Formats: sequence, structure tokens, C-alpha cells
Amino acid sequence: MSTLSPEPVKPLLDGSLKNENEKKREIVRVSGLKKSFGSLEVLKGIDLSVREGEVVVIVGPSGTGKSTLLRCINLLTEPDAGHVWVDGAEITARGADVNKIRAKTGMVFQEFNLFNHLTALNNVAIGLKVVKKIPEEEARRRAMEELERVGLSSKASSYPAELSGGQKQRVAIARALAMDPRVMLFDEPTSALDPELIGEVLEVMKKLASEGMTMLVVSHEMGFAKEVADRIVFMEGGLIVEEGPPDVMFSAPKKARTKEFLGKIGAIHGGTVVA
Amino acid sequence: MAGSDVLAFIERILPDLLRGAVITVELASMGLFLGLVLGLPTAFLRAYGKGLPKYIATLYVEAIRGTPLVVQLFIIHYGLPDLGLTFPRFVSAWLALGINSGAYQAEYFRGGIEAISAGQMAAAQALGMSRLQAIRHIILPQAFRLALPAWTNEAIYMVKYTSIAFMIAVPELLARGKMIISWYFRPTETLLAVAAIYLVILWVVARLMRLVENRFKIPGIGFETDQRA
Repeated sequence: MSTLSPEPVKPLLDGSLKNENEKKREIVRVSGLKKSFGSLEVLKGIDLSVREGEVVVIVGPSGTGKSTLLRCINLLTEPDAGHVWVDGAEITARGADVNKIRAKTGMVFQEFNLFNHLTALNNVAIGLKVVKKIPEEEARRRAMEELERVGLSSKASSYPAELSGGQKQRVAIARALAMDPRVMLFDEPTSALDPELIGEVLEVMKKLASEGMTMLVVSHEMGFAKEVADRIVFMEGGLIVEEGPPDVMFSAPKKARTKEFLGKIGAIHGGTVVA
Repeated sequence: MAGSDVLAFIERILPDLLRGAVITVELASMGLFLGLVLGLPTAFLRAYGKGLPKYIATLYVEAIRGTPLVVQLFIIHYGLPDLGLTFPRFVSAWLALGINSGAYQAEYFRGGIEAISAGQMAAAQALGMSRLQAIRHIILPQAFRLALPAWTNEAIYMVKYTSIAFMIAVPELLARGKMIISWYFRPTETLLAVAAIYLVILWVVARLMRLVENRFKIPGIGFETDQRA
């Protein structure tokens, strides 16, 4: 349980952090993003900016376009309109080297999507070998370091089918980290996990955040959001309804709908952290 | 008396039959290989391609599956010479078997490819792999394993289908048997000997494929044959 910060200190701290954040470089910028699937408009014009070291948690009802937004950032889904920049390079630009820009983003999927035919170690090493053209030995050594980082070096030679859901997701995180991404995109990383396995994945994510990794997380884990997020983005109906720091979003949101949603979801997915 | 006579007869015809068996094995392995070379790209074109290449791949599979192998063999051997394309008997048989097998192998591999979740491709691309790199390093190794049991069946069918080559007088196992029958008029013993040789070849093929399956076995990518064993 984290303690409540003394009231007088917090605004000061926030203020200085904010100034510092403004100076930090923008890692992800989304502007006017629109996407329809058939006649269903999933994203109706999204503007979003994520700065270096920021942890942004996107929340909202299902079918709101949160995952689509994430997948548009690395162009796994092609937007109909709008622009996306990753680390200064526009991935949506005509003729952009999409594969190269994608390698700057690490993605963690709800369903893990580990490569079933590769051991945990090779799941992490394959991107280094195939994309970064790093020689076998070096790739394996670095993959082992990444597995250590998520506490799974002992499972290096296990295949995905031999791992628990939580272990799979940690390997998936290591696989993404190995590529040295500028930003990590998490698409409901704990939604497919048994409740008792969620903690180990959130721990790894918290550690990453504390190391200064830039993170964009779609999640219903409100405890995690309150504790780790610099900013919470509430999406509904393909639009960003409201965004702000967790304490403001949870205690004094401007929109009634934000309050209603976060109240409901906080009751279910509140976690152990008290805001 | 009769028993030793049969044995003596079989001993007499065995060298001839074995020479035919060698051709049968050559035809089958070369046919399987040509089928693999044609079938793999066809499978990927049908699964991932679009436009004309995909259409051609589909046309190939449907045309081959929709017509009898013997008709395909006769078109190649007796029809193509009209267009100025004449092949030796063995080559005609090889082409017919290979082109035919390619259509079926394409379907087995396509089945394997389509059993792989879309998330595998997405994860590979998210790492920065191109589609081709993802196909080569992520999709193909899994599709190959998923298609192996069906491919084993194809190998076994292929050995048996080589027997149609006797219809254009390729001297493979069955053709030798027919010849021997016309010389000695002893069809029962001859055909039983032919069948026994097929049986031995197919037993070896099945063992080989089991070895291949075990060699490439990975937990979580199941082979039905292993679960039954």
C-alpha cells in the first residue's frame, strides 16, 4: 500500500514535474486519427501526445477504440485519416520505412502472441537476429539479459506451451524490450490472465516505469493506473473524453461521464492501491 | 512342393521387380519434391496473396483437384506433343505426379498457415519484421509442423500413385509386374510380390516420417499421430 502524499507538497511536486515534462521530447504524437471498420467508425479523430518517460494509461468501455488506437500507432492497423509520429519520424507518411519505425515501438498483446515454435530465449532473440541482424551468440546473450530483467532466465529453454500465462506475458515483454524500443505499447496486458497471475506482470510493468520507460497502456487495472500513471486518458465512442493526472481524474474529473466510468471500474478493478 | 516352386518363381522375378521398385522410389521422391516446390508458394499465395497471383494459385489447385490424375498424365504425355512439347516417359510421369501433388500439398500447407493465429504475424511485424521475414521465420516453421501429418499421408499416396506411370510404359514396379505376368502367366504370385514390395516401401516411408515428426516436435504444436501413439 502506498501512502497518501501530504496535501501541501503534492501540487508543488506536480508543478515542477510538469515543467520538466514539457521540456522532454515527444516520443509519440497522434493527430486527427480516424479509423472505420466497414460502417463502424471506431476512432473519430484522436489527438494524443506522449513525452519521454511518461506512463499514459488509456481507459474506457470496450469497443471504444483503445486497442485500435494502439495498433494504429505502430501501423498494425492502418488509419483512414490522421498522422502518427514515433520518435520524430512519421510512420503514416507516404513511403515511410514502416518496419524500421515499428522497431522503435515495443508491443505487448492481450493474447501474448509468443512464437509457439521458439523457446522463451529464442522468442526474445529472434527480433535481434532477423531485424537487427545481430549475430547468433550476441543475440542470445542479450536475450538472456532481457529474460533476467523479467525474472525468467530459468525458463530460457521452455516453449510457450510450457509456460503459465503470467510467464508468457513476461517473456512477451522481454521480447519487446530486447529491440530497445523508444515506447512500449501495452494492449490490455493482463486481461487474459488468471487473477493470481496478474500481479507478476504488473510488477514487471511497474519496474519498467520506474526505470523511465515511456509507456502507453490500455488497461482496466485501476490500481496500476493510480500508482504508476503520469496521465490517464479516458476514451469513449472513438474520442478522448478527458485526460489528466490520476489524482485529478479519480477525485475531481471535469466530466460527469469520467467520474461515472472510473467509479464503476475502480470498484471492480481497484487493486490494492488507495488513491 | 508348390511352396518351394512359388519361392523359386519369386526369386527369379525379384531382381526385375526391384529394378522397378527403384524407379518407383525415384518417381515418388522426385514427385514429392516437385510438389513441395510448387505447393509451398501456392499455399502462401492463397493465404496471403491478392490479385492475379492469388487467382492463378487458386486456379491451379482447383483445376488439378477437379480432374483425374490419369487425365493429367495423358495430357502431359500425349497432349503436349501437339504443342511441340515432348518429354521422355519418366519425365512425363514425374511432371504429372509433381504437379498433381503440388495442388494437394498447397492445400495441406494452407491449412497449416490458416491454423496459425493472426497474432503471430502481428507480433512479428510489431518487432519490425517485414511480411516476408515474418513468413519465413515465424509462419513457415509453424505451418510446416502443422501440415506434417497430412504431408505424411501425401508421401504415402504418392508412392502408390506412381503406379499409374505404367499406363505410359514407365518401367516402374507395377509395369514390371505386368510384363512378368505376360511372360509367365502367373498373375497371383507376381501381383502378391508387387504388393509386398509396395508394403515394404510404404512401411519405410511411414517410419521415416515418424522420425521427421519426432525430430521437429515442439510442445504445443501438436501432431495428431503422436497423441495417438
